[in-house]
Amino acid sequence: MNTMIGDPANIEDLDVRRAWSAAANVVDPEIPVLSIADLGVLRAVRRGEDGIMEAVITPTYSGCPAMNMIALEVEMALVAAGFENNRVTTVLSPAWTTDWMTDQGREKLRDFGIAPPQGKASRRALFGEDVIECPHCGSKSTERISEFGSTSCKALYRCLACREPFDYFKCI
Amino acid sequence: MNQALFDYTLRLADTSLVLGHRLSEWCGHGPMLEEDIALANLGLDLVGQARSLYTYAGEVEGKGRDEDALAYLRDVYDFKNILLVEQPNGDFAATMVRQLLFSAFMHPFWFEMRMSRDATLAAIAAKSEKELAYHLRHSGEWVIRLGDGTAESKRRTEAALDTIWPFTGEMFESDPADQDLIEAGIAVDLTTFRGIWTKTVDDVLERAGLARPDDGWMQTGGRIGRHSEHLGFILADMQFLQRAYPGAAW
Repeated sequence: MNTMIGDPANIEDLDVRRAWSAAANVVDPEIPVLSIADLGVLRAVRRGEDGIMEAVITPTYSGCPAMNMIALEVEMALVAAGFENNRVTTVLSPAWTTDWMTDQGREKLRDFGIAPPQGKASRRALFGEDVIECPHCGSKSTERISEFGSTSCKALYRCLACREPFDYFKCI
Repeated sequence: MNQALFDYTLRLADTSLVLGHRLSEWCGHGPMLEEDIALANLGLDLVGQARSLYTYAGEVEGKGRDEDALAYLRDVYDFKNILLVEQPNGDFAATMVRQLLFSAFMHPFWFEMRMSRDATLAAIAAKSEKELAYHLRHSGEWVIRLGDGTAESKRRTEAALDTIWPFTGEMFESDPADQDLIEAGIAVDLTTFRGIWTKTVDDVLERAGLARPDDGWMQTGGRIGRHSEHLGFILADMQFLQRAYPGAAW
């Protein structure tokens, strides 16, 4: 199985390419500006050995409640694209990382008012904080209010320059 | 069926679920809004990990039990979680001390488990390790803040440490069946773990200005289904709906 998303333009089977486009347009229900392709949640679209069109997705966090809805929407998108007979498979490995988020996805996040994940999700020290840029005014003078925010994937920050609170999509 | 693998996976699942449920009890009762959300987030991660583990345990068992059957339709003596996680939440200090002692163990545990020859356990571990890194940091920061805070917060954190400490020994227990899994490259060898755990805990306690309690008599029994009185109440709460209305779905 593909471990990373291939360039959909390289998919030779036109049906699979069309199915990819349909699935890739599904958005995250909590962050509607990001598609599941931007997020890296959509891992692959392929034709199974039994001929059924299969979309492979991976959760951001183990307990992410959006996964059921995303799976359902991918299924609906595939049906709408003419693939009545389809299958959505969830895989845990390789574990999702913010490193998979596309540059386009990061820009969309910032425009939406959420600070995108900064740097690589490499091993981090037990304590200490990263400098997170305010998505509203660009100031680097910000402080963390809480490591945990409105969804599993976000932390809560406050900008000390423009005084606006904002979400930060944390590195994992 | 691989009985040892089933038991091993089920114990991990039960431990994650019971602590996840305990944390969910804070929902709406956190000391402040941000912390209320944080505790719910920690609980959600643990319940999510438990779901993957139960699903896998059901596959290993091969009798058609799914995650819900394993979580909702077993009684106290069938649960194999460690006693630490079923202890009452107590005050916020007690919850954070329990979370620190647990996360300082589980984070390196999942880190090691990523190398398991069992592909499913390795995959679950790769996700859980990342999540536990945040749990460890969060609970560690709070224990430092509480220990190094007011006289009252320090007193409560010390009291919590003394109460919870006797439940830490069980984390390091293993049995002959585990040994077989370790030799097969599936389970994690815990013999090296006490050092890692002690170092992390000591680091936090030192910053918090708290003394590590002496190791005395340690509580044991959860791993073989002998529980404190608390687990029954947790299950009564958690399982009520499926017991009263079997198969209910919505």
